[in-house]
Amino acid sequence: MTPLFRRKKSASSAKERLQLVLIHDRTDLSPSVLDALKDDLIATISRHVAIDPTEVDIRIAHEGRSQRLVADIPLQTSHRHR
Amino acid sequence: MTAKIITITSGKGGVGKTTAVANIAVSLAARGQKVVCIDGDIGLRNLDVVLGLENRIVYDLVDVIEGRCRLRQAMIRDKRLPELHLIPAAQTRDKSAVSPSDMIRLGDELREECDWVIIDSPAGIERGFRNAIAAADKVLVMTNPEVSAVRDADRVVGLLDADEKGPASLIINRLNITMVKRGDMLAVEDVLELLAIELIGIVPEDEGVIVASNRGTPLALDPKSRAGLAFQNIARRILGEEIPFLDLENHNLLQRIFTGRKTT
Ligand SMILES: Nc1ncnc2c1ncn2[C@@H]1O[C@H](COP(=O)(O)OP(=O)(O)OP(=O)(O)O)[C@@H](O)[C@H]1O
Ligand SMILES: [Mg+2]
Repeated sequence: MTPLFRRKKSASSAKERLQLVLIHDRTDLSPSVLDALKDDLIATISRHVAIDPTEVDIRIAHEGRSQRLVADIPLQTSHRHR
Repeated sequence: MTAKIITITSGKGGVGKTTAVANIAVSLAARGQKVVCIDGDIGLRNLDVVLGLENRIVYDLVDVIEGRCRLRQAMIRDKRLPELHLIPAAQTRDKSAVSPSDMIRLGDELREECDWVIIDSPAGIERGFRNAIAAADKVLVMTNPEVSAVRDADRVVGLLDADEKGPASLIINRLNITMVKRGDMLAVEDVLELLAIELIGIVPEDEGVIVASNRGTPLALDPKSRAGLAFQNIARRILGEEIPFLDLENHNLLQRIFTGRKTT
């Protein structure tokens, strides 16, 4: 439990929650669809190159009223040929 | 005369559309502009009482559209402000009595009659909303600094873009500075960042709005009313004047006494 005196102001909760809700309203991408997409992407990429699934970051960025899907996928350093 | 047609809509109900239409219309008329406002909320007529014109209604919007009267017969002229006219909504009909193409036809006819047509949209995104925006040259979306109103405003802004009625401009109504200051209400910048559209007005929460609607005399003409001044500023921006948005958060009584003027 967060102590009362450190509780976030309600306006910032409102803003954060709205940021997420609006992205999903505008794009029809619910958090669960986004998760499924992320799993598929990790599986596909892993067939070709070694990645650490826990490092993969996929999110929707927005600029004004338009949204972009942004994926940051760090590649694992290969040690085999050293 | 070639009037511009402005519609005020919101998605969510009760955010202050009718109040805004009445006050912006009054402000424009007080500046010598000939204004016709249309109550687009068929079945839930309200603009008449907010303007104090409820006892003068003979014909309504549906009568004009169905040809039971001429356009001018349905335009109620305000005796206090001769440039102000109202076409009331029908009370005993529903939204299906009017179509978007009826509204476009009416809008074209009205363009020759006045300088500004201001349409009060019903809440929602259904037929009544479609009717209200059909003839609009410019749409103003109204919201309150509150989650559901902002979310619904975003939906409407998206629909307007898809319909090539955008970009809409935003009015934020019922801003409570005390709550913003203590972090319990979305600030203007937050709402603007979320909706990413142009701002045209900030109206503070003001008890005077209710007093004015009790009396049927919109407060835009009361020089002491802060909400009234905010609506006047919107009207002036519509007329193309550059009126800065004053920082409501730093607006305190001392400052007001010191500078001797009111700002919003
Ligand atoms: N700035 C304000 N300060 C205080 N009260 C306000 C303000 N603006 C509007 N109100 C009040 O909020 C209520 C709803 O306003 P109004 O009828 O204008 O909203 P609306 O968007 O037209 O509603 P509807 O969607 O039902 O048509 C009214 O009681 C009105 O007096
Ligand atoms: Mg209304």
